[in-house]
Amino acid sequence: MQQIKKAILTLENGIQFVGKSFGYEMPCSGEVVFNTAMTGYPESLSDPSYLGQILVTTYPILGNYGVPPYEENNGICVNFESEKIHCKAIICQDYSWDYSHWQATRSLSEWLIEEKVVGLYDIDTRAITKIIRDKGAMLGKITFKDTDDVPLYDPNSENLVAKASCKEVIEYGAGDKTVVLVDCGVKHNIIRCLVDRRVKVIRVPWDYDFSKIAYDGLFISNGPGDPNYAKQTIENVRRALSGDKPICGICMGNQILSMAAGAKTYKLKYGHRGHNQPVRKVGTNKCYITSQNHGFAVDSTTIPSDWEELFINMNDNSNEGIRHKSKPFFSAQFHPEACSGPLDTQVIFDDFISLL
Amino acid sequence: MIDKSKIKKVLLLGSGALKIGEAGEFDYSGSQALKALKEENIETVLINPNIATVQTSEGIADKIYFLPVTPFFVEKVIARERPQGILLAFGGQTALNCGVGLYESGALKKYDVQVLGTPVQAIMDTEDRELFVKKLDEIDIKTIKSEAVNSVEEAKKAAKELGYPVIVRAAYALGGLGSGFCDNEEELTALTEKSFSFSPQVLIEKSLKGWKEIEFEVVRDQYNNCITVCNMENFDPLGIHTGESIVVAPCQTLSNADTMMLRALAIKIVRHIGIVGECNVQYAYDPQSMDYRVIEINARLSRSSALASKATGYPLAFIAAKIGLGYGLFELCNSVTKDTSAYFEPAIDYIVCKIPRWDLGKFHGVNREIGSSMKSVGEIMSIGRTFEEVIQKGLRMIGQGMHGFVENKQLSIDDIDAALKAPTDKRIFVIAKALNNGYTVDDIYRLTKIDKWFLYKLKNITDTANTLESYNSLEELPIDTLKVAKQQGFSDFQIGRALYKTTIDPEEANLMVRSYRKKLGITPVVKQIDTLAGEFPAKTNYLYLTYNGSYGDVNYLHDHNSIIVLGSGAYRIGSSVEFDWCSVNSLMTVKKEGYRSVMINYNPETVSTDYDMCDRLYFDELTFERVMDIIEMEEPHGVILSVGGQIPNNLAMRLNAENVNILGTTAKSIDNAEDRHKFSSMLDKLGIDQPRWRELTSLDDIYGFVNEVGYPVLVRPSYVLSGAAMNVCSNDEELARFLKLAANVSKKHPVVVSEFIQNAKEIEMDAVAQNGEVKLYAISEHIEFAGVHSGDATIQFPPQKLYVETMRRIKKITGQIAKALDISGPFNIQFLAKNNDIKVIECNLRASRSFPFVSKVSKINFIELATRVMLGLQVEKPNKSLFDIDYVGIKASQFSFSRLQGADPVLGVDMSSTGEVGCLGNDTNEAILKSMLSVGYRIPQKNILLSTGGAKQKADMLDSALRLHQRGYNLYATGGTHQYLTDNGIPAIKVYWPSESDKQPQALDMLHKKEIDLVVNIPKNLSSTELSNGYKIRRAAIDLNIPLLTNARLASAFINAFTSVDIDAMEIKTWAEY
Repeated sequence: MQQIKKAILTLENGIQFVGKSFGYEMPCSGEVVFNTAMTGYPESLSDPSYLGQILVTTYPILGNYGVPPYEENNGICVNFESEKIHCKAIICQDYSWDYSHWQATRSLSEWLIEEKVVGLYDIDTRAITKIIRDKGAMLGKITFKDTDDVPLYDPNSENLVAKASCKEVIEYGAGDKTVVLVDCGVKHNIIRCLVDRRVKVIRVPWDYDFSKIAYDGLFISNGPGDPNYAKQTIENVRRALSGDKPICGICMGNQILSMAAGAKTYKLKYGHRGHNQPVRKVGTNKCYITSQNHGFAVDSTTIPSDWEELFINMNDNSNEGIRHKSKPFFSAQFHPEACSGPLDTQVIFDDFISLL
Repeated sequence: MIDKSKIKKVLLLGSGALKIGEAGEFDYSGSQALKALKEENIETVLINPNIATVQTSEGIADKIYFLPVTPFFVEKVIARERPQGILLAFGGQTALNCGVGLYESGALKKYDVQVLGTPVQAIMDTEDRELFVKKLDEIDIKTIKSEAVNSVEEAKKAAKELGYPVIVRAAYALGGLGSGFCDNEEELTALTEKSFSFSPQVLIEKSLKGWKEIEFEVVRDQYNNCITVCNMENFDPLGIHTGESIVVAPCQTLSNADTMMLRALAIKIVRHIGIVGECNVQYAYDPQSMDYRVIEINARLSRSSALASKATGYPLAFIAAKIGLGYGLFELCNSVTKDTSAYFEPAIDYIVCKIPRWDLGKFHGVNREIGSSMKSVGEIMSIGRTFEEVIQKGLRMIGQGMHGFVENKQLSIDDIDAALKAPTDKRIFVIAKALNNGYTVDDIYRLTKIDKWFLYKLKNITDTANTLESYNSLEELPIDTLKVAKQQGFSDFQIGRALYKTTIDPEEANLMVRSYRKKLGITPVVKQIDTLAGEFPAKTNYLYLTYNGSYGDVNYLHDHNSIIVLGSGAYRIGSSVEFDWCSVNSLMTVKKEGYRSVMINYNPETVSTDYDMCDRLYFDELTFERVMDIIEMEEPHGVILSVGGQIPNNLAMRLNAENVNILGTTAKSIDNAEDRHKFSSMLDKLGIDQPRWRELTSLDDIYGFVNEVGYPVLVRPSYVLSGAAMNVCSNDEELARFLKLAANVSKKHPVVVSEFIQNAKEIEMDAVAQNGEVKLYAISEHIEFAGVHSGDATIQFPPQKLYVETMRRIKKITGQIAKALDISGPFNIQFLAKNNDIKVIECNLRASRSFPFVSKVSKINFIELATRVMLGLQVEKPNKSLFDIDYVGIKASQFSFSRLQGADPVLGVDMSSTGEVGCLGNDTNEAILKSMLSVGYRIPQKNILLSTGGAKQKADMLDSALRLHQRGYNLYATGGTHQYLTDNGIPAIKVYWPSESDKQPQALDMLHKKEIDLVVNIPKNLSSTELSNGYKIRRAAIDLNIPLLTNARLASAFINAFTSVDIDAMEIKTWAEY
C-alpha cells in the first residue's frame, strides 16, 4: 500500500481534525461547508458554486464509482458541470481507493491530483457537520506536516461570480427562439436543459449588457458566493424587468432576480446543500424534492408587493423561489437541472420555454 | 379522495404465522399502522392468529381476533364489526391475497368497507404478471419479457429485438432439455434447432445474468406527491432472490446519473399504477450501461420496506397508514426531528448491510443452493461507516459461529471455482476462502458477477488480516494497524486470534486485546441515526457504534438509572417473534417502573428495534465485546438477559466475570441449569427423576451405556437451543455416524447421550419465581407425544387431559428447582410424563418460546411480572388459577417446507417450524380447528390418503378413520394401513407406493391429479432410514400444496376437530370476550 500522508483540518474556532490524504498535497483554506448528498461527487466538484469552499460530505464513503473521462459535446461538458474542479478540498470519512463503474477511467484520487485539489479521509464528517450546524458556517484550512501554513481565506470577501463566470460570449444549440443565459458560474446542465429544448443559448459574462442582444427569454444562472457582489448583473436584470420577455433564475439567479425586484438577501446559518430539500409550491399541495447548494437566501419579508413567493422550503420555511404577479418572471432557489440530485423539478425549464 | 372524518373504525389484517418469505417485518409494519390509527382516535380491529406478536398485545389494537386471515373468517369479522375502512398493505402477501379475495367476492362492497391506501385494482395490476407488463408498457417502462416463438427464424428475430445474450426455454420440456444461454445468433440457431425437437414452442428471454439488483422504496400520497425514502443495492447479482441476498443501503456502485434515472422511473411507475401509501420497485440494472428492467413491484409494505425504515429512521408503515387515511405527506411531520416535514428523503451518513440467516442445516435432504426462491428464515442489519465495518459486524450478527469475514474456522471446500459459481448459504465465506487462496478480485468477479467494488472491500479485510497475522503480539503491532483493523470491523477476538494464533486461548486473547486497546484510547463512538445526516438537530435515541468517527453524539448522564435489555438477534428456527414480544414487554415494564429503558438488538424485522419502544436503542451487536462497550458508556443500573432467548443468556458468565449487574437469577444459577452435568447432579440430589444419560467420552463407554438403557437414544451437545445438532439414534450404525458429526460441534461442551422414552406425554412449565419462590406458573401439554421438538409441537393451555396428580407433582418439582437455583425471573421446565412418572428433560432460566402464548391465553403478563421481579420489586401471586380459564388455547406450528426444496417434511427432535399461531376456542376442537386453519390446513372436501405408520399409530388413528368414514369421506390407504382398516371394518380403497410402480392406482398419481384433499402419512420410526416411499408421498403433498399430517396424535386431533365442529356455526369472538 502507498504511503499515506496525514493532514490537519483546522476550523476557524480552533477545533482540529487529523485525516489522511488521498488528493493533492498542498495547504489550502476556504469556507467549510457540508453536503448531505449520497452520490454525485464528480458533479459537485465541478460545480462552480463551490468555488472557494472546502466540501465536507456527510455520506461517509467516497470514490466508489471513480471518475468518468472528460468529454465535451458541442462545447458542453458531458459528465461534469464545468471544465474543472472549483472547490478547494473535499473531505470524507472513508475513501475507496478501488473503484468500479463502466464509465470510470480514473480514480477520484487521480482526478484530484491532476487538478491539484486536496482530498482528505478518515475524518469524522458528522462531527464537522454538527459543529457547523450549531456554530454556523466557518472558515477552515488544511495543512500537511512538511508544507507551509496558510492564512484563513474567506471566499465571501471577494466577487466569486466574476471569478466563476465566462469571460466572453459563447453560443450553443439552435432553434427559433433565443435565450440569453447570464453566467454567474453556470452549471453545464442548465445549458444542456435549455439546448435539449431546442432553443439557441447565448451565454454571456455576469456583467455583460445583454440588452443589445435580440432575445426571447432571459435566464440567470447559479453561481458562488454572496449575490451582493453581482451589482452589475442585478442592474442589468432590473432593466429587463421593465420589459415583458420571460425571465427565469436558478439559485444565484433567484437571488439576483429578487434583488433586481427590490428584495434583500441574507446569509443562511449554514446553507442548504444536498439532494433532499423539500419545497412546496405556494398555494398548492404540490411538493418537490430538490437538489440545493446555496449559502445565501432571499428574505421573503422584503419581496415587493407586485411579486410573490413561488416556492418555500418545507424544513425551515425559507424562500425557494419568487414570481411576478402579472409578468412572466419567476425563479427557483433550488436546482431544477439537478446534476447532481433528483430530477423532479425539470418542468421549470418546460414552463420557461413555453412562455417564449 | 378519502374523507378521514368518515373513518371511525378500521380493520387491519395481519400476516399470520411467521414463515419463510413472510416474517417479523409485518409485526413491525402492523404495529406502526395501529399506532398511527390510534393517534387519530380511530377504533382499530386486528385479525391475526399470531399470538406471539407485539401487535396482538393489549393496548395496541382495540379489538383483537386470533383467527385465520382468510376471506371466510375476515368476512365474519367484518359482518360483526362493520368497520368503515380496511388496511390490506400491512400483513404481507397473506393480507393482500385475502383482501383481493374479499374484493372479488363482493364482501367489501356488501358491507361498505373502503380499502384505505392503494386501491385493490392497483394491487391487482401489480400482482398479475400480464397486467403488470401491460400497465408498464403504457408508459414505456421496460419489464422482463419473454417471447414465445414457433420456429428458428422467429427465435432469431425475437433475440435480435431483445438483444443478446438471451435465455432459451423450451416450453413443455421436462428437466430443462433444450434450454440454455446464447451469446450470439450462431449459438441461438444451434440451440433452438435442438429445442424444437423437444418442444413445439420455445420462449426467448433477454438474459440479465450478472445484472445488478436495485430497489427503491417509494411513498405517494393522494395529492400525487412522491418521495423515495431509500434505495438499496444487492451485493449478489440478479438471480438470487433479494430476500437471499446481502443488501446494502444506500446503493454503493451507482453514479448520480444511474441513481437519479432509476429514482425518476420509480416515481413514474408509482404514479401510473396509482399507489397510495408505500411501494417497493425492484430493478435489474446493467453493470455496463444504463439499461434496466423492472423486475417487480410490491404495492404494500414488504420486507424491504421494513429494512428501509430501520435503515433510514423513516417510519414507512406509520406514514403509509396516515396516507391511507387521506393525509398528504406535507401535513405530516418527520418523527425523528419532530419539527421538519415528513415530505423529504432521508440523507444517510452511514451504511447499512442486511444479511440473511439460513437454517438449512436443520433439514434432511434440502438443496443448499440459493437462488430465485427464498429459503432464509431471518435477517440482521448492521450499521457502520465503512463497508468493511458493516459486513464484519453483520457476519457476527447472523450468529452461526462466525467472527466476521476472516479469522473463522476454515471451511473445507473441494472446488472453490464451483462453489463460487453456484452460491449456497455459505457463499460469503467461500469468497473469504478464495481470497485466502490467492484468487484475485477479477477471478472472483468472473465467477460470481458480484460488483468488484464489494470484492475490493472484502479484499481490504483479508489484507488487513494478513498484516495482523504477520505480528505475534499486541506490543509488536503498530497502533495505526490496530486502529485500521477496528475501523474495518475486526472484533477483539479476531485481532487476538490473528496475533496469537493458537499460542493462547482465543477468549483470553480477546480480553487482552480489549484491555490493551482501551488503554490506548481506541474505543468506539456512538452515533445517532437522525434521517438528515446531522443537518438538523434531532431528538433521536436511535444509535449505533462505530470506530469510524472521533466524536460521539450522546451525552451520558452517569446516573445509573437505566436498564439494558438484551434482545434476541436474528430470527432463526427456534428463536423468533416470541422473544421480541418478551423484549418489548420487558422494556415497557422497565419504563413504567421509572427507569430509562435501553435496548440492544440488530434485527430489522422486530418491534423491539423500533426507536419509539424504548428510551435508547442501540442497533448493534449482542457480542460480549459490544455489550461491554455499551455497558461501559451507559453505566446502567443493571442488565436483563432473560427475555431475549439464548443469545443473551449465553453471555451471563462472561458479563458476570466483568462484574456487570445481571438482574434476576444469578449467572452461576444460569450456568448450573445450562450445564447438563451440573443440572443433572442437582436433580439427583433433589431426588427428581430424569431420563438416564451419560457424558460421552469414548465410543466404548457409549455402547456400554446403550446396552444398559436400550435404543432409541437421544444424542446432543450441551448448550443447545432448538435442538441444534441433536438426534435420535435407533441402532449402532446411526449412533456411530451421528457421534462423528456431533463431536465436531463444540469441544468446550461435551456431548451427552440419554435414553429416549417413547409414547410419553410432554409437558411445559412456564413460570416466574422470586428469590426461589414460584409466583406465577402455567402448565401446558403437548398434543404430540415426546419426540416432536417442543417448538414444533402443538400445545394446549390450559391442559385438558392431564391427571391432577401429574400437575400437582409438576408443580412441586418446579418449586424444588426454583428454590435450588434461587430463581428470580422467568424460567421454563420441560417434563415427560408416562403413567404418572414425571421426568425433567430441560430447564431454561429465561423466558421461553411459550411465554407470550400463556400470557395471552391466561391474560396475565408473565414478562411484566418477571421484569418487576428482576427490578427487585416485591410481587404478589395473581389470584387466578388455570382452573379459572373456561376456554382453551392451542398453539400450532407453521412449517415452511414448500420453500425448502427437497426437505423431508417430517418432524423430529430437531426443530423445523418457522412460526406459530395461537387460537382460542370454547373447547379443544374449536381451538384446534382455528389454529390448524391458521397455519394453512384446509378442511378436506372428499378424499383422504392414509398411511398410518407402525402398529401403535395405526391403532391410535383407528377412531379418526372411523369418524372420517362416518362423515362420508373416501379413504385411500397404502398396503398395511388398508389391511388394518379393512380388518377393523372400515372401508378403504387400496393405493400403491411409488416402489410398487407396476400396480394401480398409484398414490403419487392421485396427488398429482389433485384427487386427494388431505394426506396423513406417519413415518414408521424415528430414524432417517424411513425410506423413499414415505418421503416421496410427503414431499409431493408439500410441493402440490396438499395439507399433510405426519403425526398420529395431531392428525387425530385435527380430524376430530373438523368432523365435530360446524365451522359456519362457530362463534366469532374477540380476545377480550373470552
